[in-house]
Amino acid sequence: MKKKILDFLTEIRPEFDFAASSNFIEEGMLDSFDIVSLVASLDEEYGISIDGTEILPENFSNVDSIYQLLIKNGVTE
Amino acid sequence: MNLKFHNKKITGILTVLPENEVNFDDEIDNYDFSRGQSMKLKLIMGYGKRRVVKEGTTASDLCIFGLNYLFDNDLLKKDDIDAMVLVTQSPDHFVPATSHIIQGKLDLKRDMICLDINQACSGYPIGLNQAFMLLEQEEVNKVVVLNADTMSQKVSVKDRGSRPLTGDAAAITIVENSTSENTIYGTTKVDGKGAEALIIPAGGFRMPSTPETAELETDKSGNSRSLDHLVMKGDDIFTFVQQEVPPMIDHLLAMANCDKEEIDYYMFHQPNKFMLKKLADKMGVPYSKMPNNVVENFGNASGVSIPTAITFNLSGQLVKDSYLMCLAGFGAGLSWTSLLMNIGNLDFCETIDYKI
Repeated sequence: MKKKILDFLTEIRPEFDFAASSNFIEEGMLDSFDIVSLVASLDEEYGISIDGTEILPENFSNVDSIYQLLIKNGVTE
Repeated sequence: MNLKFHNKKITGILTVLPENEVNFDDEIDNYDFSRGQSMKLKLIMGYGKRRVVKEGTTASDLCIFGLNYLFDNDLLKKDDIDAMVLVTQSPDHFVPATSHIIQGKLDLKRDMICLDINQACSGYPIGLNQAFMLLEQEEVNKVVVLNADTMSQKVSVKDRGSRPLTGDAAAITIVENSTSENTIYGTTKVDGKGAEALIIPAGGFRMPSTPETAELETDKSGNSRSLDHLVMKGDDIFTFVQQEVPPMIDHLLAMANCDKEEIDYYMFHQPNKFMLKKLADKMGVPYSKMPNNVVENFGNASGVSIPTAITFNLSGQLVKDSYLMCLAGFGAGLSWTSLLMNIGNLDFCETIDYKI
């Protein structure tokens, strides 16, 4: 699942190396529009709807936090 | 705050759209998106066509056009209007109230109530609430609620957060006492601590417009705006809506002892497609019951978006049948307001184009 998350991130912002970053938000790699795009992709891929109250920058700061968000929204490995 | 009104009804709704149509595809170069990102956001957010006024057209122009349409087609009589409530954030002038200008230009009777209300995306239910209260007066039998905004003029062309979504429009809703027994339930809340989440910083008495307030500045997200422009903290507004609207609707329905499934339509303010889909998902409401197609067809015209959703999606149905509807407005203020009421068997329910 983490590989898929990285693929989506790279698709949205191909100019960045997300695997080498520890905080996508602080390093300016994702803005709110990128997060919206990512949420739409993840919702579609996993057949879920990520809870709107959890669409917060801190839940998209790195691959682990996005992974945890997916688990919380019912995605299983 | 909980609200309850007895024996009131809506008898007609008319939406007036400016004739100028702008297409997102023609504006892409204004925004700092890649071509691929633009196409993806177009689908997700609902970027599409927007109706905007030509320079010089104001909220009162749209309202007067719509009211004349109703007079000319015998759908409303001038002398029957006992009160007129205009909800707008884009008045013709600071002084006097725009509703008074409309009253004068249309030569309406002097023995009536006219008032302006400064409200944004909650403006439709708030205007209706005011009409219901006015109808408690013995001499008030018919209230015209006008929702009108031309905020496209206050959004920077380089603001990719707000510009692709913002439209202009007006709506006219006729509200009367009903001879049949009914109860309308409502809720309303405000949080002025969030006032800066959606604000035009300059142009009022606190910060008058100057050459300095007109200078563009670019924020970290790539939006270029001046202090004279509308500033929306999109992240804050999104979180506010997702946190506050679903419990507001739960509370409203509990107050009315009504199940979610009993509601025929959830006619909500139309900020963008993504936000509405997230709300519907969280509330467990099918998309077919919560239309989200106003932004892509006309743009978000603030308090006019709910009546636009109604006339665009249900015009034919609402003159024949009646439906239980949950209305919800939410936005600047911060403000969030809801109503649960039957709407239908209307004398008119139309969308028309403004023409000079």
